[in-house]
Amino acid sequence: MIATIIQRAVMQGTPLLFGSTGEILTEKSGNLNLGIPGIMYVGAISGVAGSFIYEQSVAVLNPFLAILIPLVCSILGSALMGLIYCFLTVSMRANQNVTGLALTTFGIGIGNFFGGSLIKLVDTDVPSISLSATSTIFKTELPFAHSLGSFGEIFFSYGFLVYVAIIVALISSHVLKKTRTGLHLRAVGESPETADAAGISVTKYKYISTCIGSAIAGLGGLYYVMDYANGVWSNNGFGDRGWLSIALVIFSVWRPSISILGSILFGFLYVIPTYIPNITVSTKILFEMLPYVVTILVLIITSIRDKKENQPPAALGLPYFREER
Amino acid sequence: MKKINNFLHQSLYVSPFHIAKRDNIVWWKAWIIRIIAVLIALLVCGTITIALTDINPVKMYFTMIDGVVGTPRLVWNMLQNTAILLCISLAVTPAFKMRFWNIGAEGQVLIGGLATAICMIFLGEKLPAPILITLMIISSIVLGAFWALVPAYFKTKFNSNETLFTLMMNYIAIQLVAYFTLEMSVPKGSGTPRVLEYGQLPVLFGQKYLINILIVAVITVIMHIYLKYSKQGYEISVVGESEKTARYIGINVKKVVLRTMAISGAICGIAGFLIVAGTDHSLKSDSAGGRGFTAIMVSWLAKFNPVFMVLTSLLIVFLEKGASKISEVYRLNSSFSDIITGIIIFFIIGAEFFINYKIKVNLKDKEERV
Repeated sequence: MIATIIQRAVMQGTPLLFGSTGEILTEKSGNLNLGIPGIMYVGAISGVAGSFIYEQSVAVLNPFLAILIPLVCSILGSALMGLIYCFLTVSMRANQNVTGLALTTFGIGIGNFFGGSLIKLVDTDVPSISLSATSTIFKTELPFAHSLGSFGEIFFSYGFLVYVAIIVALISSHVLKKTRTGLHLRAVGESPETADAAGISVTKYKYISTCIGSAIAGLGGLYYVMDYANGVWSNNGFGDRGWLSIALVIFSVWRPSISILGSILFGFLYVIPTYIPNITVSTKILFEMLPYVVTILVLIITSIRDKKENQPPAALGLPYFREER
Repeated sequence: MKKINNFLHQSLYVSPFHIAKRDNIVWWKAWIIRIIAVLIALLVCGTITIALTDINPVKMYFTMIDGVVGTPRLVWNMLQNTAILLCISLAVTPAFKMRFWNIGAEGQVLIGGLATAICMIFLGEKLPAPILITLMIISSIVLGAFWALVPAYFKTKFNSNETLFTLMMNYIAIQLVAYFTLEMSVPKGSGTPRVLEYGQLPVLFGQKYLINILIVAVITVIMHIYLKYSKQGYEISVVGESEKTARYIGINVKKVVLRTMAISGAICGIAGFLIVAGTDHSLKSDSAGGRGFTAIMVSWLAKFNPVFMVLTSLLIVFLEKGASKISEVYRLNSSFSDIITGIIIFFIIGAEFFINYKIKVNLKDKEERV
């Protein structure tokens, strides 16, 4: 049973891991992108739309294309959202919070609108969007998943996107910590004036990191629909996972490697109430509050301890205009 | 050598245009830019609508207007919604003017509503209406202010990031309200929110929402005077412009931050009170309905000016109600309104750039610059 709980926690945590890795990359450049919840919806619905049209157009799915099409659509869709954010905040110098919140409204709107009316728009007669064939391919487990007992269940029983999430988090962690690009990116987020003076293009770094970050976050939405929800789109089904991802960024003190464990912990808090016997629905609601409470505690503790490496990027949320420095 | 040449070439490159800050723009020019932005946005929305459906966009906009002001009931509904959105926008404004990013309005509103609902349920039968309503107002103000003071305290004491802190406080409030709604629903645990019979706001002149609108009108006037003519309002502006200057001229920044956030939370609490006691007569976890976030856009679009805020909140409510009417008439998914609102806000946000900056074309060519 413990193996099952861990497995379910990992599955719950994966969308959060994608979201928080993407948001960490974005925030490291000084952009506080509050549009992440919207971007994750767009990532999900773009993948669903691509896959839906593909499934409708062919009789037998090519497994390679069945994965590639939604993946590419999802990445393009969410990167485009990142581009809108960057254009407005970096080039048009708009307020980051306002732009981010507008992006969330817009993104959730896009997700629910197309989720609700895709069938009508494509003009087919299927009753609902259910991509079970594609979902089966997304959910293909590694070999040995069932032959190695609980060990196999804990480590091998996931669809490939779970491993992608962990690998992306590890790569991001490496890039941020060990490479020159990462150093430049952190410089842009900590002190854009200094970075600019050192010849680093602040605009370029902000654009690229935000778009890549958005694309990664969007994959979280795709994972949720294709794997976790078995390819069935339901409006608002994704819930507040986008905001939880932002909470996870704080919880993991802006380190993607910590957010791997953090995502499993958040997932654990999410699934644990179902395993407590005789639990009432209202107590379950109180359990859902826990990740946010824990996050606030982490935020308070890190600011009290005031260790430099655990703080948010110094220029987070602040605009940078060379003329005004 | 080649490297140096390259470097020289790069540094001499003059981009075809550059951006300069405008000192001051005549107010009517600013409004022309904004109106043009809205018109372009409506055009874009029309194009998208045709692309997705076969609806005639002109007809669509008429449907929209009809759906908002078609009948007296709809007009009152719109005014009511505008009042609540305006109230929350006014609440976040002093904090924003101080550059304290209070994005926790959603939670502060809900907590205010929760305080109101608790009074209505537990004291409703025992107290006469005037005392009950006074208690409801006081408790919603106190709890709303408390919910805002927690992040403010940690900001002033340990410099915790206020944007992230207030954001997280929202979800704690949402879960608390969800818990309470479930516990208090009749029959218990069914999830149907209880109708709160005692302590409803009185109906003035036969109009259910009039008292809400009047209360918010009073708050608007007071807030305008407070921000523009009071000493405290001046202190808020100074802290917002430059914390260092504020400290230099002897303003106690911590005190100003705490006081302003308490005011911000208190007015959010009043908004929660108005929603529960004046409009809904019940409390759900989505009673605030995202308006705590929308208010941030409303306040920012109005440049933190309470009078302009009346217009911007009216615009947003108009768009939301109108677009949901469209989706109802043409049987589109109701989220269509979010897309329309999103696009229009993007354009208005973009328009601010052209109000604050001007783009100058660089006429001189490279040689002359050398």
